[in-house]
Amino acid sequence: MAEFTLPKNSKIKAGKHFPAPAGASNVRTFRIYRWSPDDGANPRVDTYDVDLSTCGPMVLDALIKIKNEIDPTVTFRRSCREGICGSCAMNIDGTNTLACTKAIADCPSGDVKIYPLPHMPVVKDLVPDLTQFYAQYASIKPWIRTQTPPPPDKERLQSKEDRAKLDGLYECILCACCTTSCPSYWWNSDRYLGPAVLLQAYRWIVDSRDEDTGARLDELEDPFKLYRCHTIMNCARTCPKGLNPAKAIAEIKKLIVERTT
Amino acid sequence: MPATARPLSPHISIYRWQIQMVTSILHRATGIALAFGTILLCAALLALAAGPDAFAAVRAFCGSWLGTLLLLGWSWALCYHLLNGLRHLLQDVGMGFRIEQFVRNGWLVSIGSLVLTGLVWACVIAQRGGA
Repeated sequence: MAEFTLPKNSKIKAGKHFPAPAGASNVRTFRIYRWSPDDGANPRVDTYDVDLSTCGPMVLDALIKIKNEIDPTVTFRRSCREGICGSCAMNIDGTNTLACTKAIADCPSGDVKIYPLPHMPVVKDLVPDLTQFYAQYASIKPWIRTQTPPPPDKERLQSKEDRAKLDGLYECILCACCTTSCPSYWWNSDRYLGPAVLLQAYRWIVDSRDEDTGARLDELEDPFKLYRCHTIMNCARTCPKGLNPAKAIAEIKKLIVERTT
Repeated sequence: MPATARPLSPHISIYRWQIQMVTSILHRATGIALAFGTILLCAALLALAAGPDAFAAVRAFCGSWLGTLLLLGWSWALCYHLLNGLRHLLQDVGMGFRIEQFVRNGWLVSIGSLVLTGLVWACVIAQRGGA
């Protein structure tokens, strides 16, 4: 159900301020969501003044600089720093994206606000608990499902045209930016699969080598799993890889209509 | 499990309002408003059946500033819900999913609904002036 306010233990309190060192020339302020499981306190937003003249261009560079030089307790996930691992997905300046591919200069003037992915349980600071998200991904059985035995002497081949159908789908890195941008997922995450998982479901439905299309559509034909998508389009607008989960969901809906008419 | 229950990260209070989110919530809001508007329409029809006195009362209410305001709101809700509903129909057949398309169409529907409401009321005022 739609709940517009946060639970009591999640309400955000005022935080600490870490001023820039004396003599800093190009200062930008970062407001970062903080919560630790260790002190029993409510979440807060701490403010860090960062000297950009000694900082890399991306938001992730600023986060690492803050952790290294200002406050080592700031906690976030990161790995590849080039937009392929999906670890540093977070809400920056109001939309979900990857901290490593979001330039500080692309955040409009004013403070750069950084929150964890929206409407998720928080493990610590900018680290959300993605257990449910991964369980939903596992539920669509995201691997090739076949009826026929494999050819004895070669792989299951695919024409160039059939391979092209996977473009715009295979690039998904499961960062959860789209799923956690979706208001429908905020209100129904217990039963709605969300854009990322549905895009992955479509990725296997259109794969010419997969032979379980009917069963896959059966599993999705459900008022909640699929049809909580109301084409709000936050998913497509926020995807850091430029993919379009809303379009993939629309294609699934079309396939379900087509096979019943 | 940590000693403290995990907090829920903020969502609608921190997410940037973009056109696609606004048009979506307005579609739902106008749908609800139209459902209530139907009650007034039913009241008007019932009053019409009940006799001239009852219908005169409904007309008087519609002519009052509150009635006019409600009618103005409902006529806009109808125009918006109609135009955005057409957009949803196109989406159902797989059209209009590129970012530049749905951003443009969102603005078209929003501005179009105001223009359409203006046209409807221009007709109403012109007719009333003629009568």
